[in-house]
Amino acid sequence: MNISANGYLSGSNLERVLRAGHFAATGELGPPQSADGSTIREKAQLLKGACDAANITDNQTAIVRMSSVSAGAIALQEGLEPVIQVTCRDRNRLAIQSDILGAYAQGIRNILALSGDHQTFGNHPMAKNVHDIDSIQLVQMIAEMRDKKIFQCGDPFKGQEPCMFVGAAAAPFAHPIDFRPYRLGKKVNAGANFIQTQLIYDIEAFKKYMEKVRALGLHEKTYILAGVGPLKSPAMARYMRESVPGMLIPDEIMNRMTAAGAPWSGKGELTKEDKKARSGAWRETGIKICVELIQQLREIEGVSGVHIMAIEWEEAVRPIAEGAGLLPRPVVEPAAA
Amino acid sequence: MIVAETKPLDEIKALLSDAEKVLVVGCGTCVTVCFAGGSREVAIMGSLLRMAGRMDGHERQVEEVTVQRQCEWEYLDAIAEQVGAVDVVLSLGCGIGVQALAEHFPNAWVVPGLNTKFMGLPLEQGVWAERCAGCGDCLLGLTGGVCPIARCSKQLLNGPCGGSIDGHCEINPEVSCAWQLIYDRLTEKGKLEVLMEIQPPRDWRTARHGGPRTIVREDLRLPEDHQAGQSMKQEA
Repeated sequence: MNISANGYLSGSNLERVLRAGHFAATGELGPPQSADGSTIREKAQLLKGACDAANITDNQTAIVRMSSVSAGAIALQEGLEPVIQVTCRDRNRLAIQSDILGAYAQGIRNILALSGDHQTFGNHPMAKNVHDIDSIQLVQMIAEMRDKKIFQCGDPFKGQEPCMFVGAAAAPFAHPIDFRPYRLGKKVNAGANFIQTQLIYDIEAFKKYMEKVRALGLHEKTYILAGVGPLKSPAMARYMRESVPGMLIPDEIMNRMTAAGAPWSGKGELTKEDKKARSGAWRETGIKICVELIQQLREIEGVSGVHIMAIEWEEAVRPIAEGAGLLPRPVVEPAAA
Repeated sequence: MIVAETKPLDEIKALLSDAEKVLVVGCGTCVTVCFAGGSREVAIMGSLLRMAGRMDGHERQVEEVTVQRQCEWEYLDAIAEQVGAVDVVLSLGCGIGVQALAEHFPNAWVVPGLNTKFMGLPLEQGVWAERCAGCGDCLLGLTGGVCPIARCSKQLLNGPCGGSIDGHCEINPEVSCAWQLIYDRLTEKGKLEVLMEIQPPRDWRTARHGGPRTIVREDLRLPEDHQAGQSMKQEA
C-alpha cells in the first residue's frame, strides 16, 4: 500500500479517526432529485459534527439524483467530509476513473465502491445498464490507482495519483449466507480499507457472522463499520423485513415499533394531530432502538464503527450519535499518525 | 437455439403499410422449434393477414413459404421468384434471417414479423430461458456450467451481490440467482476455491463492445477465383 509521508493512505478524516483507534461513525446524505445545491448544504449542516464522514449516494435505488462527486464537493465546502459512493451500474471503467480523478482534485478522499441497485427498481427501468466491472474489480481498480499509480489498463499516471480511502459494502445476511464472510474476504483482498454493512437489526445473527469474519482474520485487515438505521414506523419495518433481501429484523424490534403506536390504536379515525403524534412516537422508538443497537454492536470484537443510515431523515443522526455516546466526534490531526 | 416471439399484429400491419402483395417467409430451424416462425406459424400469419385485410377493407394477396434455413444463401435461391413477385416480404425468421433476405434480394423490401429475443433453451413446454450472451470468451469452465454474463442481472464476475434471496434475483422472483446456482454447483463439486479468486475485469472486445464481429477461418476459405463465382447477392 501507498503509505504517504504522514503514514496515511488518503489522510481523510475517516481514515485518521479509524487509524487512531476511535470507534468511527459515518452518516449518509442523499443528493436531491434536482439541480438545487442548497439542499446539500442544509443536510450537510445537520450531519456536520455528528459523524466523521457522510456517504453521498450515487443515484441510489437507481433514481436519478445530483451526482455524488458534485454533491460531495458541495458537502466539502460546508465542512462535511464526504464518502463518495460509486456504482458500476451507470458508468464504465473510463467514466469511473475520470470521476475519481475529478473527485480527488476537488478534495474528496473517501470512496465506497458498489455494484449498484438494478435499474429496474428506479425511475428509468428502461435504461441500459453498464456493469463493465463489478464492485470487487472496482475496489481493486481504485486501490491500484493509488498504490501502483496506474490506470486500470496498466498505463502509469503522468502526475498526481488519486489517493483514496477505499470502502466496500457487505450484506452479511444475503444469500447464500455461508459464502458472505468469504465474499467479504474477496473485497478485503481486492483492497477494501473499510467496510460498511447492510442495516443490522439482528445482533445475534451479526455476532455469528463476525465470528466467521474474525476466524478469517478480516477484521485485522480492514475496518468494519456496522450499518444501523432508525425505523420510522412499523410499516417500514415490515416492508424491510419482507421485501429487502438480506434484512433480518427480530420480532422483538417489530413488537416495540408496534407498541409505540399502541396509544392510538382502536381510536377509530385519527385526526391529523393524532397521526403526527403517533409518527413522533414511532420515530422516537426507532431512534431509541438504533441507539441500543449501536451500543451492542460496539461490544462486538472487530466492529470498528457504525454507519448510520437515516434515509431522508438526516435530522436523526445527531440524536442517535448523541444517545449512543458518540459525541463529540474525535479530532485527529493529520500529523498525529 | 435462437428464441423469438411474434410481433403484435398491429405493428406488422403498420410495417406492411399499403402493400398489395405480401410473401410470408418462415424458417425451418430455430424459430420452428420455438414455435415462432415455422411453417405452422407462417400459415397462421397468412390467415391473420388475409382476415385483417378483409376487416380493414384493404385486401391483400398473401403468399406463404418456409425455407429450411433463412440464414444461408443457398436456401434463399429457391424462393427468388416468389420474392420478386411481391411488394413486401414479411420474414418470420430471426433477425439474421431478415437481414439475409434483405442482403440476398436487394430489390425486395423485407420487414420483420418477429422480435428476436435471445439464445436459450426450452425449460418446459412453452417456456424458454436465456443461456448464452455470445460474449466471445466462454468462462463456463470456471463457473460450473452456469453463465453469469447471460444469467446474472448485473453480469457480475465476483458475485453474488446483496440482492440474492432464496435462490432468486431481487429483480424478479421468477429469475434464478445465477451466483446461487454457481455457488451450489461448485459446493457440490468441491470446487469452491474457484470463487475465492478475484476475477479480473474482462476484455469486452470479444463481445459486441469491440464492434460487429466476424470470424475468418483461413483453413476453410476457398481460393479467390472460386469465391468470385459465389455471388452473395442475387437480383430478385
